[in-house]
Amino acid sequence: MLKLHYNLEKLSMGLVGAIVVVASIGGIVEIAPLFTIEQTVEIPDDMRPHTPLEMAGREIYIREGCYACHSQMVRSLADELDRYGPYSLAAESAYDHPMLWGSKRTGPDLARLGEKYSDDWHVAHLIDPRSVIPVSIMPAYPWLTRDLDTGLIADNLTALARLGVPYDDAMIENALADARGQSRPDTDGADGVRDRYGEDIAVRAFDGDPSRLTEMDALVAYLQSLGTLTDAAHEMLAEDTQ
Amino acid sequence: MAVTATLTSTERQIGIAISAGLAILGLAMAAVAKTGPMALHGGMALVLGIALVFYLGGALYDHPEPTNRRHAEYYDAPTRFGIVMTLIWAVAGMGVGVWLAALMYWPEATPAVPWTSYGRLRPVHTSGVIFGFGGNALIATSFYVLQRTSRTRLADAVSPWFVLIGFNLFCLWAATGYVMGQTQSKEYAEPEWYADLWLVLVWVTYFVVYIRTLARRAEPHIYVANWYYMAFILVVAMLHIVNNLALPVTWGAGESFTIWSGVQDAMIQWWYGHNAVAFFLTAGFLGMLYYFLPVRAQRPIWSYRLSILSFWGIVFFYMWAGSHHLHYTALPYWVQTLGMTFSVMLLVPSWASAGNAIATLNGAWDKVRDDATLRFMFVAAVFYGLSTFEGSFLAIRPINSLSHFTDWTVGHVHSGTLGWVAMIVFGAIYSLVPKLWGRDDMAWPKAVEWHFWLAIAGTLIYVVSLWNAGITQGLMWRAYDEGGALSYSFIESVEAMLPYYAARTLGGGLFLAGAFLCTVNCRATMRAAGDRVDEADRPLATQPAE
Ligand code: HEC
Repeated sequence: MLKLHYNLEKLSMGLVGAIVVVASIGGIVEIAPLFTIEQTVEIPDDMRPHTPLEMAGREIYIREGCYACHSQMVRSLADELDRYGPYSLAAESAYDHPMLWGSKRTGPDLARLGEKYSDDWHVAHLIDPRSVIPVSIMPAYPWLTRDLDTGLIADNLTALARLGVPYDDAMIENALADARGQSRPDTDGADGVRDRYGEDIAVRAFDGDPSRLTEMDALVAYLQSLGTLTDAAHEMLAEDTQ
Repeated sequence: MAVTATLTSTERQIGIAISAGLAILGLAMAAVAKTGPMALHGGMALVLGIALVFYLGGALYDHPEPTNRRHAEYYDAPTRFGIVMTLIWAVAGMGVGVWLAALMYWPEATPAVPWTSYGRLRPVHTSGVIFGFGGNALIATSFYVLQRTSRTRLADAVSPWFVLIGFNLFCLWAATGYVMGQTQSKEYAEPEWYADLWLVLVWVTYFVVYIRTLARRAEPHIYVANWYYMAFILVVAMLHIVNNLALPVTWGAGESFTIWSGVQDAMIQWWYGHNAVAFFLTAGFLGMLYYFLPVRAQRPIWSYRLSILSFWGIVFFYMWAGSHHLHYTALPYWVQTLGMTFSVMLLVPSWASAGNAIATLNGAWDKVRDDATLRFMFVAAVFYGLSTFEGSFLAIRPINSLSHFTDWTVGHVHSGTLGWVAMIVFGAIYSLVPKLWGRDDMAWPKAVEWHFWLAIAGTLIYVVSLWNAGITQGLMWRAYDEGGALSYSFIESVEAMLPYYAARTLGGGLFLAGAFLCTVNCRATMRAAGDRVDEADRPLATQPAE
């Protein structure tokens, strides 16, 4: 062995080849199967993708780095089930490019956040967390009340559709109208969103003002959708406990 | 001596052509993007390209050309530049880190404008220290070590500059993009697709100049430090490319979606993330350790066999370990188990390396006592041993259930980055700066001693306070009262953190003060060098450096 290595050290390209081969094995063994086994690729029947407004909110979540302090991954540990709700399933983030499981909980996990608080609570909390939770150390985001830049909404859906997220042509075509519609209840646009994404979609003036489409609308719509894209996790937990 | 004087007029012309290419690339980016971060980044490339054209063009006929004697000398000008950039990024990246630490208990400290928000600055800190500080240090020292241990000059004079300037452009794009809200949100791989492609170009150039230089070596054997630097270059390229595969939303938006999703994305991200620790923050710096520690201590590496064992152990085992970041998640159980198993086995090659380094100092303990520079390296090896032990420990599933998502992880990372990575870099810098600027010693040798104690005190305060923070957090989250209800609300666990967060800011502040002192000391040393700079380009050693 030592002799072999002694000779390898004289060959720069030999060393290069050996490093590449040795370093590739672990990744290949661990990653490649994930693309085929059922547990990681099976998608529940009731699973829906994010609406255009929620997607726009997700982009804001990413832009502001909320993931640096919040996870979206309930682990299968008793206290997490009690604190947050059913543990997360692989399928729940199957449409997430990228996933936002997070790595640090300076604030609580958000995977089961949807409909936990009112829209008003979220708006007040995001504008000034300490007005709601006096000892909070979360940053304030007062600028989210500005208008939402809708320039990329349809392009986002197109790109995601190409990556396999089930957005059909009608969804892409109506992306902008759906983003507006979701924040304006009692309009044609609102009906359109429900038609395309399901009756359960939350259609509300999330920031309290239906006349303007703001970043706040998008982010709150996204936060309210967390954990509501499929019921599979709740069903799985019910099965487990039976 | 001006840098241009180290280049022949042909090399200056090639440099002008590449700089013009950069300017055109920048112009094209700005034109396609029109607004937003990508347009600004195009503008930055344009300005940099034009500035370089003028810089090189202005000197095209002014400076005398280097004589043929240069082929018998090492080419250290790029290393000098890299060290200066290392110091600049150290102060900037660590400065942002300390600011962020303060925001954790004083959230209003930052103005209520998007640019300075916690979530945007956090990657400025991580990229600033990992890539800016660590990356520049690695590239700069790799050129230096490669030449010394191969007893040959760098294969050419232009590509090292392309690598260093291109790499720093990448870092600058990254940091300015984050504050404008541009990010892929993949930790330690936040820059967008065009910056990622640019880095691939830089990295391929780096590999080519490295391997060409190695091919010209006058030593039959490739010294162990170079194995590590080579693993760093190769594997970082693999990781970077796979993790960053993405589909741009439009050509001009400067935004993209990763092609990976959900659980596969999680696995690939942490395969990348953990091996960024392995091959950026460990392999490269072990290369540094394996050169500078024996040279400074004037002792040969203790065991050749052990260095072989630890090298291949690290290259093989580390690549399996990433899934320990995903214990109890939706990742299949068997992958978690593999990650845990290999993380524990990793302790063997890690301690073999640390032990090898410390045993090398046997017989030189008096030097460790008297020489703060060598002491930096010794402490680095000790912290390397401690933090790899802690890493294996935290990867064990039940332990991880407590530590994961808490500040314990952050504390662990900093025992590695402050105690190991930064200490070995400072050791290397204090060895190199006097040599490369033609002096016997640093301008203020006493300040090195001060820096050492600031760094040690800062690291210990930081790490101990976050151990406490993380363990407290973890225990509070899982505590039940007699009635079977959770004992604490989340916000109570946040409140309990505040004293620890304050202490960690102090620790970070001390460490930053040390880095600042180092920068000032280096600057004084560089200034006092004056005209003697080129004499640092000593002739090729007739004996191998070790
Ligand atoms: C510096 C870390 C930090 C950042 C960054 C951060 N948060 Fe928080 N967040 C917290 C903390 C701490 C709490 C708990 C105290 C509170 O409720 O304000 C919290 C609480 C929350 C809650 C309430 C969750 C619950 O179940 O009670 C929501 C919702 C939330 N954050 C959303 C966000 C969003 C959206 C962003 C990005 C725009 C964000 N946070 C960025 C630290 C952070």
